[in-house]
Amino acid sequence: MSIDWFPLWLSLRVAFVSTALAAGAGLWVAYVLANRDFRGKEALDAAVTLPLVLPPTVLGYYLLVVAGRASPLGKLWETVFGSPLVFTWKAAVVAALLHSLPLLVKSARAGLESVDRSCERAARTLGASEWKLFWRVTLPMARRPILAATALAFARSLGEFGATLMIAGNIPGRTQTVAVAIYDAVEAGNGALARTLVLVISAVALGILTIANRIAPR
Amino acid sequence: MLQARIRKTFPPGKESSGFALDLDFRAAAGVTVLFGPSGAGKTLALDSIAGFIRPDEGRILLDDAILFDAPSGVHLPPQARNCGYVFQNYALFPHMTLRQNLEFAAERRPRLERHRRVNEMIERFRLGETAGRRPHEVSGGERQRCSIARALIGAPKLLLLDEPAQGLDAPLRGEFYEILRQVRADFQTPILLVTHDLDECFELGEEMLVLTAGRIVQSGAPRDILDRPATLDVAKLLGAFNLLPAEIRALDPGRNTSRVQVAGVELEGPYFPGRLKGDRVTICVRPEQLHAAPRNGRPGLNQMPAELQRAIEKPQFVRLEFSGGIVVDLPRAQYERQRDAKQWMIEFPASALRAL
Repeated sequence: MSIDWFPLWLSLRVAFVSTALAAGAGLWVAYVLANRDFRGKEALDAAVTLPLVLPPTVLGYYLLVVAGRASPLGKLWETVFGSPLVFTWKAAVVAALLHSLPLLVKSARAGLESVDRSCERAARTLGASEWKLFWRVTLPMARRPILAATALAFARSLGEFGATLMIAGNIPGRTQTVAVAIYDAVEAGNGALARTLVLVISAVALGILTIANRIAPR
Repeated sequence: MLQARIRKTFPPGKESSGFALDLDFRAAAGVTVLFGPSGAGKTLALDSIAGFIRPDEGRILLDDAILFDAPSGVHLPPQARNCGYVFQNYALFPHMTLRQNLEFAAERRPRLERHRRVNEMIERFRLGETAGRRPHEVSGGERQRCSIARALIGAPKLLLLDEPAQGLDAPLRGEFYEILRQVRADFQTPILLVTHDLDECFELGEEMLVLTAGRIVQSGAPRDILDRPATLDVAKLLGAFNLLPAEIRALDPGRNTSRVQVAGVELEGPYFPGRLKGDRVTICVRPEQLHAAPRNGRPGLNQMPAELQRAIEKPQFVRLEFSGGIVVDLPRAQYERQRDAKQWMIEFPASALRAL
């Protein structure tokens, strides 16, 4: 019996890309929330947290409305990239991002806010610009909670199911992520495939958890 | 030279009753001490000068640079003020070695100078052996020296210290005073130090500013303030006085004397200007200025009989508490010779009396 490893590689690829994007955007949003005060700050915080609270299929539905082929965003994507966003692996990235981004922002913000304020003030009196302060002082001092948050965001991306199914579909060999593949295998009665995939994913998740615990604050 | 006029109001809120900071002072070369109880606004003053807090009104001038000016809206960020700040917890970067902490600060100097400056500071502050270690791996004294060195590396125009000796044991405290004296001698930077410890004011301060509830109530050399506190509040703040209710019985400007009645006894003191006969005042006199000896006959001029209630032994002297709330400090040797006496005679040297 041959195992189709495609869903696993796809999921890993989707998880890496979405975590990288989430880290990039998430750190910036976390920095803004931790350091700036402005009208609408709480609204931004709520908007970022919302995907965590909504059921995944609801999110998927909204995504279809916003980025589907008939929507302005979808049409724009098609003109720029030549093919639609939906039902491609890139859509799976978007779906995974929706969950990993809020997780990362919340943890990163807490991490940044936990950094000793007097160290940040000291850096300023020593002539450090805000940029230098962030990259050389605040981030290194908050690296443990942020790395742990990134690891968990990765794990979450790996398991995305509901929204992925709706916006990326279940096209074997193209958008069938491992979570969907397991569902499919169970439905089709293919116990061996399901078991293998489940074991591999469990091992990966356990590995990530161990790493996250090692680097989380003592 | 620092010239600061700072006004900031915090309106009363749900949990606080509001606070108003209103300061106008100068700090020249040497050590200026901002002295006051907790909550007086000392750290607020320091933070306003450093640029962490924006005052509502006023002007802060450092040498010729305008750090803050309310009318024109100038408010330089801390990065641009060139003020060194030594925090109470030292605020050393925990993920860097002591040397890296210094190198971080040296980055505002020209590249060729940096290495030399860092090594100079390491040598001057005796950090040679521990420069390669992280802050949590070195002793409290080394952390302290490193934080002062780090603040001075950028050649700041002003050095701010927030209760730096707070919570330190006696040897560390002594070491710190010694370092600060060296800094004062070696660097020409004006130093502004905030504390609620009177000993520290005397150890270090050339100029003392007494701060309560956001206002400066007296300024001058520490010994002058101790000798002549301006108001009853200042005397209470310094905590170094007997404060005895009294009534003025006679005033003689010609002979520069007055007579006051304290606890039923008439005492002679210096002339108190601006008072009238019959005024109720508070006589303040320091415990170490009073003389006390076991009672031996009738009271003479400026002598008051009193019963000894408690003798508290302190490291440097013995504090005798008498009836009427009078406290006298005696050198230990003197007390030892007379420790069993119950009835004493307290002598009030006329020149030591002050009226508030």
